[in-house]
Amino acid sequence: MAEMKTKRKIRPRVAMPAQDALARAGNFNEVALGYSREQALVEAERCLQCKTPTCQAGCPVEIDIKGFITALCDDDLAKAYDILRQTNSLPAVCGRVCPQEHQCEGACVLGRKHEPVAIGRLERYVADAFMRQTGDTPDACRAATDLDACIPSRPERRVACIGSGPASLTVAGYLAGRGISVDVYEALHEPGGVLVYGIPEFRLPKAVVAHEVDGLKALGVTFRCNWVGGKTITIDDLFDQGYGAVFVGVGAGLPRFLGIAGENLVGVFSANEYLTRINLGRAYDHLNHDTPAYHARRTVVIGAGNVAMDAARTALRMGSSEVSVVYRRSEAEMPARREEIEHAVEEGVRLRCLCGPLSFHGDNQGCLKGLTVQKMALGEPDASGRCSPVCLDGQTEQIPCDMAVIAVGTRPNPILIEATPDLGLNKWGYVQTDPDTGETSIPNVFAGGDIVTGSATVISAMGAGRRAAQEIARRLL
Amino acid sequence: MGYTILEKQELIPGQTTMMVIDAPQIAAKARPGNFVMLRASERGERIPLTIADRDSARGTITIVFLVVGKTTAELAALNQGGEILDVCGPLGRPTHIENSGTVVCVGGGTGIAAMHHIAKGHAEAGNRVIAVVGARSRNLLLFCTELSAFCPELRVATDDGSAGHKGFVTEVLKDILDSGETIAEVVAIGPVPMMEAVSRVTLPYGVKTTVSLNSIMVDGVGMCGACRCTVDGKTLFACVDGPEFDGHAVDYAELKARLWQFREQEQGAMERFSKECRCDG
Ligand SMILES: Cc1cc2nc3c(=O)[nH]c(=O)nc-3n(C[C@H](O)[C@H](O)[C@H](O)COP(=O)(O)OP(=O)(O)OC[C@H]3O[C@@H](n4cnc5c(N)ncnc54)[C@H](O)[C@@H]3O)c2cc1C
Ligand SMILES: Cc1cc2nc3c(=O)[nH]c(=O)nc-3n(C[C@H](O)[C@H](O)[C@H](O)COP(=O)(O)OP(=O)(O)OC[C@H]3O[C@@H](n4cnc5c(N)ncnc54)[C@H](O)[C@@H]3O)c2cc1C
Ligand code: SF4
Ligand code: FES
Repeated sequence: MAEMKTKRKIRPRVAMPAQDALARAGNFNEVALGYSREQALVEAERCLQCKTPTCQAGCPVEIDIKGFITALCDDDLAKAYDILRQTNSLPAVCGRVCPQEHQCEGACVLGRKHEPVAIGRLERYVADAFMRQTGDTPDACRAATDLDACIPSRPERRVACIGSGPASLTVAGYLAGRGISVDVYEALHEPGGVLVYGIPEFRLPKAVVAHEVDGLKALGVTFRCNWVGGKTITIDDLFDQGYGAVFVGVGAGLPRFLGIAGENLVGVFSANEYLTRINLGRAYDHLNHDTPAYHARRTVVIGAGNVAMDAARTALRMGSSEVSVVYRRSEAEMPARREEIEHAVEEGVRLRCLCGPLSFHGDNQGCLKGLTVQKMALGEPDASGRCSPVCLDGQTEQIPCDMAVIAVGTRPNPILIEATPDLGLNKWGYVQTDPDTGETSIPNVFAGGDIVTGSATVISAMGAGRRAAQEIARRLL
Repeated sequence: MGYTILEKQELIPGQTTMMVIDAPQIAAKARPGNFVMLRASERGERIPLTIADRDSARGTITIVFLVVGKTTAELAALNQGGEILDVCGPLGRPTHIENSGTVVCVGGGTGIAAMHHIAKGHAEAGNRVIAVVGARSRNLLLFCTELSAFCPELRVATDDGSAGHKGFVTEVLKDILDSGETIAEVVAIGPVPMMEAVSRVTLPYGVKTTVSLNSIMVDGVGMCGACRCTVDGKTLFACVDGPEFDGHAVDYAELKARLWQFREQEQGAMERFSKECRCDG
């Protein structure tokens, strides 16, 4: 490999080993299997070690990418992991789910003429390999944060997080690592937010998330599941109980519907419902779990983001023989991660682009029978730079289906917001914060993640959590 | 780390069970009309149950449930001193209660228990509460003693005439509406056809009618839309916008269809549970 470096011949990117498309469409095991040590080293060697790397600025938390890849090339796994952890508390998660093509890899110098370095895959390799090496016990504390401090050294300094998605997990890890005692209040019965109830097992195994949560527990973080902020406990209650700061990371979970006829027919679901039943409720293993999921022969998914791809691929695995994704624009505009779209198509999902949903129709029992769509064409680019779809007059099509999953976005959940009238909101109804500190209109109440930005990404939620945690630490310590 | 069952009482043998659960944080906040989401065991389903009573001093809430499937059967199999794995609440908007005069609270079957907490709230607010309870037969009536404690009038209807009026609660309700007394509001909780019938009866009288919808729920905190229903032509989520709605504006046909969505899978879960029980026994 040394001679490769001198000659600077660019090898192709090391392909990610994956389960065979046919086989995986019938199971819920992880699709991308992860690099072996040898593959990771070969891929790491592709990095040009640029003097002024551009990738780092492409990462929302500015991981020292060159640094961790160098450590990997030197076969110093612990150091590579350490570098990742300095700015990213969930590398095993991000390596799997970040839209790298728009972030670090999109900014990689090599990507201008060749394929960019597979930064996400290397990140995942380092996190997974380090976890395997350290096992579950010895360094849980170290593994969960960038500092050693397993028992809160300042238990009188208390912080509460509401919600347990990536934003709150980041806050908890950062502060617990600095000796502050953190309690996380979660409405559902399992911590992790979208990472457990939304993103399916075949893309992000629950064990990976559970491992991160266990690491935080080992650090002294307490998780209080079944506590609903605004119902079981209000922000005022938390301050009355002696918390010095509150972080609001409740996500943007309220599903949007289309507002078209027939939307409440039996067989029409929000992606959140469909995925929650199957992920949080483990309905994919229905013989051993009680939460039911709908079984359909022909499934239509509306939308084209990660959520839509997850729903479509889940429907295939749940036994639908025909699954199509209905989208108003063309494939090029689809917001999902490229890899997810490719995986979906390989598995047999049909993309029906340039189709806008018009109405659902059902039988006399109130059960879904089909979807009528309006055919579209691409028009001029709109303000966002994407081509806006225009209707082709009179051209409609009927798509027979017995299940439809709607994945067209979410809105802020009203529960905590209604219970906290002083919490300032922006014009879209999300929580307004100071961009530098994450502080809301209520002093010492911080917010970050989807509840501030609307549905975004894991890494941006973590970045917001980190900024807020830094400010909280500054004030409390 | 579950929630301890402090008392358990089989109100109707083999059918309806009442439990008093230790949950101080929920008891402190619970108001009439609120419900909880609970899960009996690790592999179980989250289901909604109404808070039928609360004792904030003691830190307890009371639930009353009818065994209709796997989760309720599993719950009923738990004993005093045992634990329920997850109890989350109090959820939903509490009943709108103000001092408004005479309120008729109608409860059918297990719905009588849920109605009890609301009737109590109205009585505490100084309203004159007329309770109307109905069941198939005398031995299936619930909470009559408790209701009598704060309702100056308790009217009973049974299908077989074994207690009170022989017939439906709607017939008793119509009598009350015809009696000339000014009725500020009618609250109805019970099976969907009963709530629909009550709303049909009150409509010509122009009396405000509130019903509590028992739509299927997954999270109970507004994240899935499973509980959505059409009220006044608008889609609303029963768990965060309700569960109580204007009875005259609800699309009952849609609600009924949606309640049966998972019948096959539910039966599967129940069959497996009964088998396991037999093996254990
Ligand atoms: C199906 C799906 C696939 C996705 N795929 C990707 C992907 O591949 N890559 C990517 O980067 N992003 C992806 N995303 C987006 C990403 O998951 C989110 O942007 C991210 O999880 C937001 O994190 P968060 O911490 O703000 O909140 P969330 O992860 O939404 O967590 C919020 C938590 O707060 C809880 N909560 C809500 N209200 C209350 C309350 N009142 N009291 C207590 N707890 C409460 C919720 O139950 C939840 O557990 C996906 C999202 C979905 C739904
Ligand atoms: C706000 C609310 C309050 C309720 N309060 C009470 C109460 O106080 N006492 C009581 O006995 N029942 C109550 N119910 C109904 C109760 O939730 C269901 O009977 C219970 O979920 C049945 O679960 P199972 O597994 O035993 O039966 P299953 O075999 O799963 O289902 C039997 C029937 O119960 C209904 N059901 C199933 N799952 C759900 C679900 N997740 N959410 C709602 N309904 C479901 C369906 O109509 C189904 O056909 C309430 C429902 C709601 C929405
Ligand atoms: S966290 Fe995401 S953006 Fe940053 S280096 Fe890792 S994969 Fe790239
Ligand atoms: S139960 Fe999920 S939104 Fe109401």
